Amino acid sequence: LLLSVVCFAPQNYPLYIRSVPTENELKFHYTVHTSLDVVDEKISAMGKALVDQRELYLGLLYPTEDYKVYGYVTNSRVKFVMVVDSSNTALRDNEIRSMFRKLHNSYTDIMCNPFYNPGDRIHSRAFDSMVNSMMMQVC
Amino acid sequence: MEQGPAGGPAAAAAAATTSTTATAGTGGLLLPLSESEQQRYSELFSRCCPPPEVAAGGSSVGELFRASQLPPDTLHQITELCGAKRVGYFGPAQFYIALKLIAAAQSGFPVRIESIKNELPLPRFMALKNDSEARYGTPAELHGVKFQVPHAALEKNCYKRTDEGDKQEPRSPPVSPICSPPASPSTYQRIPLSYGYGKSRSGLEQQHGVPYEVRHSTHQQDGPSSGNYGAKPSLTCSTPNRSLSAEREQQDSNTHYSDDPWRITEEQRDYYINQFRSLQPDLSSFVSGSVAKNFFTKSKLPIPELSHIWELSDVDCDGALTLPEFCAAFHLVVARKNGYQLPETLPETLLPEYLQAASLKPMHDCALFDSYSEPLPGSQQTRDFSRSEKTSAEEVPDNSALLQDGKKDDEALKVNTALKTIPKEFQHLTVKTATQESNALKARPRSRSYSSTSIEDAMKKGEEPPTPPPRPQKSHSRASSLDLNKIFQQNTQAVRSGWLPPPPPALPPRPSVSQTEPPSEVELHPQMNRPPVQAEENSSTKKEVVLAQPPSKPTRRKLRAEAQGLETPELSPTINVTSSMPAVKPHLPVQKQSSKQKRAIQTAIRKNKEANAVLARLNSELQQQLKEVHKERIALETQLEQLRPVTVL
Repeated sequence: LLLSVVCFAPQNYPLYIRSVPTENELKFHYTVHTSLDVVDEKISAMGKALVDQRELYLGLLYPTEDYKVYGYVTNSRVKFVMVVDSSNTALRDNEIRSMFRKLHNSYTDIMCNPFYNPGDRIHSRAFDSMVNSMMMQVC
Repeated sequence: MEQGPAGGPAAAAAAATTSTTATAGTGGLLLPLSESEQQRYSELFSRCCPPPEVAAGGSSVGELFRASQLPPDTLHQITELCGAKRVGYFGPAQFYIALKLIAAAQSGFPVRIESIKNELPLPRFMALKNDSEARYGTPAELHGVKFQVPHAALEKNCYKRTDEGDKQEPRSPPVSPICSPPASPSTYQRIPLSYGYGKSRSGLEQQHGVPYEVRHSTHQQDGPSSGNYGAKPSLTCSTPNRSLSAEREQQDSNTHYSDDPWRITEEQRDYYINQFRSLQPDLSSFVSGSVAKNFFTKSKLPIPELSHIWELSDVDCDGALTLPEFCAAFHLVVARKNGYQLPETLPETLLPEYLQAASLKPMHDCALFDSYSEPLPGSQQTRDFSRSEKTSAEEVPDNSALLQDGKKDDEALKVNTALKTIPKEFQHLTVKTATQESNALKARPRSRSYSSTSIEDAMKKGEEPPTPPPRPQKSHSRASSLDLNKIFQQNTQAVRSGWLPPPPPALPPRPSVSQTEPPSEVELHPQMNRPPVQAEENSSTKKEVVLAQPPSKPTRRKLRAEAQGLETPELSPTINVTSSMPAVKPHLPVQKQSSKQKRAIQTAIRKNKEANAVLARLNSELQQQLKEVHKERIALETQLEQLRPVTVL
């Protein structure tokens, strides 16, 4: 069950946050924010020479008892973080990868829009609908 | 449309009754109404006029009257007689009188006020749709209101009007029936339209039919209708019927244009294509994102909406708009400006495939348009755009002039000015004068060159630096055609003769010089044009200077120059200096030529310095170009970086 999707700018502020509407959404926000540290750690661990070869999908950032957090970084340091319910064991790694891929593609589509200034909040309806469909599909 | 005269006597006659009945509500009519009549009339009235409102909706009343199956003239008379026209609305009194008159007419009595004083049966109404009547009492009323809003010839204001009409809805009761009395036949004609659209109407999103109808009407009626509109809204409302049918006949084979505001008409398409052409002359190529952004920003829509429009229209998500994508985007902008809500997904009729298929026909319209613009005066190439833009600008000012005839609202003005400014600046674009949008203008011609993909642009830029190198070969060949052959001949002769200069005593240094000189000679000729070669030439001239001992050299050079009949004055002194050296004229007398030698050396030095300066300048220019190309490359690389995951994954 996809609980939350967040897109961070290279400067580590969120461009887009979407969570399953439950109580205590702030918990997701907090989790996602703290997961940024893990993301940064993974990026920096690669070293400067490996920037090109660094894989975009970071994999499981850290699991908690309730949920798992997955990360994905693009070459321009835009980060996608996804929170998935731990009880859902059906989601395999390649599915997560495909979801990140879709996110990334939608993000590049947004970048193609000349009216979008990089660094703005993402208000694109196409992006929203894509995230919605992902959340629906997973649930 | 009789208004005043016919209504006069009827109004006077009805004044007596209506004045007293106006104050009365449902009761207390001067007219004697029997019990059944009273009941029936009040029922009908409540049907036409939902309780919260004071007066009956004109359209619902019209429908009711039409259902009485009386001839329209009679109904018109009745409407006038009952005083609705005079007071401007169908109040209960007017309504009851009208019903009475209907009953009279149906009974065969002449339609006069006197008739209703008699005992009459109840008026009969055929095919009263009770439910629907109540339901579309409101939307029909709204449509009545819509037609109220003064319109202008341009479709955009048509769209805007629907917006205004919705806003005016709360004020509708007193307003709407104004529409009906002056032209009740047209009202009745309008009813089926509104009826059909009332059914389909469920919100702002589905205003298609009516505004579309009216839009067609605006296409058809330019001056006359807009001029009359304020006074006779119904007239123009009725003409949509006729004009719509006419226009439908005029339109393409696709005739299901009925309710679709997302369908692009021919005129719109032509306009969009012209706008596209102004941004990007090649119709099969793209309008880049930045160009399109500047263009659409001028429409003064908020950025999020423009962003959404872009998302909808850029189907292939490449950051550039092809012609059908551009038409779709423009159409969405137009629709939005006229009050339509943007759809969540691109309507089918705006899909690029659909538009491209449909564009085959209008393309020949565009060709016609082009051919029309051909005969226009001004055959300069720079005036091409101005021609097409001016003709389109002529269209727009026509409409905008009509705009001014009709009543305007602010946004219509804005749209108008936006329209005007857009063609205006295109004219300015060609005329190259500064306008208020000069920045955008300046950006556009520059970015127009970027309207092709940036790769091509980089390629174009990349082509420039390499051009200098090929040239030396040309001059090389030229030199070869001119001098080189002779030189080689002479060289061969010289070689045969050992390059023996006229002065035999200077032999020893000569052969080495001769060996170096032919190649330098070859380069020396292009030296005039090809600075890069100057370096070698410099070295060779230095050698020449060093080795220019043979006294007969200057003479030989001069003679050689003369013999060759060198064309350029540039060529000659240097030829004098250098090219003549290998030219061996053994028969030239050896005289004291040291002074000439010195002069020759000095001229050589001067020439070399000049060549140096030219070279340095060229070098700096090339360096600049290199920097620019570098920048391009970096930009491309960052773009590639962003796009990379698409290819990697």
